[in-house]
Amino acid sequence: MTIVALIKQVPLTSEVALDPKTGVIQRESGETKMNPYDLYALETALRISQTHGGKTIALTMGPPQAEAVVREAFAMGFDEGYLLTDRAFAGSDVLATSHALSQAIRTLGQVDLIITGKQTTDGDTGQVGAEVSEFLGIPCVAAVQQLLEISETSITATSDTGTTLMTVRVELPALIAVDKDIHQPRLPSYVRMKQTEKRQVRRITLADLPDTDRTHYGLEGSPTQVVKIFPPESNTDFALWTGVDIPGRLYEYLQKEKFLQELA
Amino acid sequence: MKTIVVHNELITDPAGMPKLCPFGAIVEIDDDVQITSGCRMCLLCVKKGPHGVFELQETAENRELIDKTRWKGILVYIEQHGNHIHPVSLEMVGKAHELGAKCGQPVFAMVAGDALTMVTGELLTYGIDRILAYEDPAFADFRIEPYTAALEDAIGHLHPAVVLVGGTNNGRTLAPRTAARVHTGLTADCTVLDIQQQADLDQIRPAFGGNIMAHIRTPNHRPQFATVRYKIFETAHKNSKRGTVESRSLPPQKLVSAIRVLSQIPKGAGIFIEDAQVIVAIGKGIGKESAIGLFEQLAVALGGQIACTRPLVENGWMDPRKQIGLSGRTVKPKLIITCGVSGSVQFSAGMKSSDRIIAINTDTDAPIFKTAHIGIVGDIFDIVPALLERIASDSQRVATSANASPMGRS
Repeated sequence: MTIVALIKQVPLTSEVALDPKTGVIQRESGETKMNPYDLYALETALRISQTHGGKTIALTMGPPQAEAVVREAFAMGFDEGYLLTDRAFAGSDVLATSHALSQAIRTLGQVDLIITGKQTTDGDTGQVGAEVSEFLGIPCVAAVQQLLEISETSITATSDTGTTLMTVRVELPALIAVDKDIHQPRLPSYVRMKQTEKRQVRRITLADLPDTDRTHYGLEGSPTQVVKIFPPESNTDFALWTGVDIPGRLYEYLQKEKFLQELA
Repeated sequence: MKTIVVHNELITDPAGMPKLCPFGAIVEIDDDVQITSGCRMCLLCVKKGPHGVFELQETAENRELIDKTRWKGILVYIEQHGNHIHPVSLEMVGKAHELGAKCGQPVFAMVAGDALTMVTGELLTYGIDRILAYEDPAFADFRIEPYTAALEDAIGHLHPAVVLVGGTNNGRTLAPRTAARVHTGLTADCTVLDIQQQADLDQIRPAFGGNIMAHIRTPNHRPQFATVRYKIFETAHKNSKRGTVESRSLPPQKLVSAIRVLSQIPKGAGIFIEDAQVIVAIGKGIGKESAIGLFEQLAVALGGQIACTRPLVENGWMDPRKQIGLSGRTVKPKLIITCGVSGSVQFSAGMKSSDRIIAINTDTDAPIFKTAHIGIVGDIFDIVPALLERIASDSQRVATSANASPMGRS
């Protein structure tokens, strides 16, 4: 069985501010990390390959420095890693990103299972997995909380539909998005990091993809466009409380607004 | 084709150039400035960089402009299970009426299920112009392939300008899958939607995971897909205008799925923070896991529930179902007290429509004070125990008072 985990490098902190005068985005630092939700995808892939055999492949899309997250996957135990990178992908929205990823997956040969995390911490949308599955023409199951059974041809899993827990058997190849806490992710191993130091993170560029039409990627291939970015509005109905006996004042307020009455 | 070209000959301060890019996509090696594949085409370097250094070049293209007059109306995907319409779908209908009225276009709905008579009957009371019903045993449970085929068929049949999908777990799978199939744009978790002439949809959502809002458009694709979380918009009003229900069926090959549903059990009740009237929300400022109990006491004292920010879930301190925010739940209680929450946009988006927001934080500049109605600059570990003491001594007094009469909350 060949399992591909889709991972992403995200900013270390989500605390970003907009300079109100210049409109320039200010980041605290350029530091990055593996998207924390992807650790669960990686762990799930490793567990399946350990119990059922098969090859694990980590695939990411991003700038050259995103290679770091693939190295981290190596240190966790992944067999192979790919970085999908090209300036032609600049400005890709969900559709263009998903198209690029699905094209890259097509270059990897027979793939049985694709695993993603719930979402990223920088985009927060959780949509890329479903779009990738559509472009590959394979089924997808989101919000997977538990894997019950794995065979060469299917997996049985429990998915959170919001109001119910649904247990499904899905034929392979398939894409699943796993929820946080499906498994406790292992830590990268220093020994494995040393062992895999020389292992190549293979680059995939536009020229390597089956579809090399530039207009299908990047800004050009993105139906959505950011018109502008702006700081959020602040509230005008605001009172700042300072001074002594804040707890007393808060208590009076809660009582006056009838939030304490049921205690009686 | 758009690309940014760097004019190195105009640069006087090569080492300063990388700072222009918030994504680290501008690199300088031996005075040579280049843009890497980290570029997101945000064009900040073009706008804010030294004049002429970063140039946006557009090669002549023969991109065909779509005929927007062929796409009319706002289509709402109605999520239902067991004859129960998910309330987020009715919120989407409410928004669709507002958008439809503004641009003079009709409101459509589509629903799939194995028995829909009750659901379509209820939908008819909301003044929807046309309702498409896909009734088949294949739709008994949510499986991505048949549901995508149904929504695709509805789009092909109605040619709507806009498709609105509630941001539930199922909606967040169905919307991207269908948007990819019809090859159009999708904006997830919009917090504001507005509409222009020719039904150009203004989609506004927090971006980059931080304190920034992005205004997004889908200029040359139809339909325009947007998802919106539960409890962001107001629910639709009943409307005496009667629309029509059309039954549609799909050929058997469209109903095939590689997914077999083996069982489905309802999740436990009472854990939904969306239903709480009072919420005590805790954030990183509580410092340690063992402090949670104090805030649970406050939640209990107020007859409410405890909820939290994303970092507490990431630390494994709290159940993910207790998380407020774009990546968690959206809540709209009568009162929310935030304790040690800094208030990222991603958090605020999930609670800012609450009736009363009281924020306690030691940092005067915490963004949560921009969302709050009452801001208290102070230490939660001083204020909350003192408040609990006041409530406890009072309830003893009230409990011993013969005249005390319980009253419901307003």
